[in-house]
Amino acid sequence: MSKPDSVDLSAFTVPGTGRGVFDVFGYRYLLRLLVRKGILTRYHGSALGWAWSYVKPAAQFLIYYLVMGVFLGLNRGIEAFPVYLFSGIVVVNLFNEAFGNATRSIVNNRALVKKIYLPRELFPIADVFIAFVHFLPQLTILIAVCLFSGWAPSLVQLAGALLAIVIILLIATGLGLLFGSINVTFRDSQNLVELILMFATYTSPVLYSFQMVENKLPPWLFDLYMMNPVTAAVELFHSAFWFPTTSGSAARPEHLWLISALAIVIAIVALVVGQLVFRRLEGRFAQDL
Amino acid sequence: MPRTSEPPLPRIIIEGVRKTYTLRHTHSFKETFVAWLRRKKVSTSFDALQHIDLTVGESEAVALLGYNGSGKSTLLKLVSGVLRPDRGRVLTRGRVAGLIEVGAGFHPDLSGRENVYLNAAILGMSKTEIDARFDEIVEFSEIGEFIDTEVKHYSSGMFVRLAFSVAIHTELDILLVDEVLAVGDAPFREKCKAKIRELVAAGKTLFIVSHDLSMVAELCSRGLVLRRGELVYDGAIDDAIDQLKAITR
Ligand SMILES: Nc1ncnc2c1ncn2[C@@H]1O[C@H](COP(=O)(O)OP(=O)(O)OP(=O)(O)O)[C@@H](O)[C@H]1O
Ligand SMILES: [Mg+2]
Repeated sequence: MSKPDSVDLSAFTVPGTGRGVFDVFGYRYLLRLLVRKGILTRYHGSALGWAWSYVKPAAQFLIYYLVMGVFLGLNRGIEAFPVYLFSGIVVVNLFNEAFGNATRSIVNNRALVKKIYLPRELFPIADVFIAFVHFLPQLTILIAVCLFSGWAPSLVQLAGALLAIVIILLIATGLGLLFGSINVTFRDSQNLVELILMFATYTSPVLYSFQMVENKLPPWLFDLYMMNPVTAAVELFHSAFWFPTTSGSAARPEHLWLISALAIVIAIVALVVGQLVFRRLEGRFAQDL
Repeated sequence: MPRTSEPPLPRIIIEGVRKTYTLRHTHSFKETFVAWLRRKKVSTSFDALQHIDLTVGESEAVALLGYNGSGKSTLLKLVSGVLRPDRGRVLTRGRVAGLIEVGAGFHPDLSGRENVYLNAAILGMSKTEIDARFDEIVEFSEIGEFIDTEVKHYSSGMFVRLAFSVAIHTELDILLVDEVLAVGDAPFREKCKAKIRELVAAGKTLFIVSHDLSMVAELCSRGLVLRRGELVYDGAIDDAIDQLKAITR
């Protein structure tokens, strides 16, 4: 047997090591196929198929509207309450779907993770993309509703909506990497995430306006509330979709751009932390699953 | 630089590798916490491989033999990168295609065609490479007109034939095969053997785990015997088979 020290090792690689999320760019084609697979098999065997992507948010919207708006009469303070409600709900839906699926994705793909080496970040990232694709029908409905209500947004407002989507996708990826990698050894993680997602609708101004919070909370707590990246994204959506359909007299949060910039920073920090923890735990995925 | 003047580079280098599995006795935060409070052990460790040293060169067909639980699959997973060694190092040169289990990436609700693309991409092929080889893959698998049927309607043999066909047509330098040739009917197995010989003749490295000793004797020139995580024999295939028969589990 040849002594390994005597051979030139420059052509060799250590199997199973990658560059984390950056490797995903090298696997663009596979990422595309994984996303396609997720989309094709989502409504497999159902007669309505993709129509469900429209039915579900519409039903959710109807429930909230009836309970919150009609029965509880919470809409009195908010003009065009249905549009307000819906433009916030779609943002939280995107966050819930992306974060929830990304958390479960390593466990769901255990057959592959255990048998073939791939940059494992591919799975949560593919799930975030799939969530985004499922968000598009909801966005379409929202735009239709807005147009119906005489929507004429400015370019800045539209840019804000785009920024909101970026914030949500980044933070969902970061948190998904973090909780998804812990989930391999401790399935408690996915239950904890379900709990977080349950709160997400209520900890952002979706069913009420930010002013109601401002009136009740001490200033420092309100600032903390506004620092939630999901809140920033929801308010960006309100500004882009709901506000242009109103008479323009409703109050908007001060410093919305500052809050959004902060949200981007928080999302990037979450992504970095998620990736670091993921890489730390990745070595044990195949044996712990 | 003329290549002939240098000694041929190996394809796989395994140096002082040990793999320890931790067997957890707890599976939730709560259990871990309770065990920690009571000062009970949360896990025990188990050496699945201990100090393995090995090099495999180009054009070599190596059989990895051993009884159940001797650590064969573990060694293959270390070479493919699915697992990482706890001590020592594993180095590979070129593209590794691991057939740890055929069809691991197959989705039952997708058609054969879609699964071919998905699985080939999982094994590291680009779209152009798959496009170029698609017809060859289908022809080899003898799936024929069923290629556009969902794979959940395939017989188990058809499923394995298609999966194996994808793997064997990927662009590879090192092929890892774990116990997958036992499926498929006799004619298909003959075809697989011929294809494997062709790959070895083309300079590819083959690392194969099998309990089918007669097939291994036909395909491989070198045999390794593992026993309880230790490499107890490395040499000619016929001697390796004799060694295996002589040892106990
Ligand atoms: N993920 C794991 N966690 C804990 N122990 C494991 C794990 N995988 C394998 N083992 C243990 O390591 C040992 C070697 O397993 P391995 O799968 O490598 O055996 P093998 O030689 O492939 O056996 P077989 O012939 O049955 O396929 C076994 O005792 C097994 O219980
Ligand atoms: Mg095995």
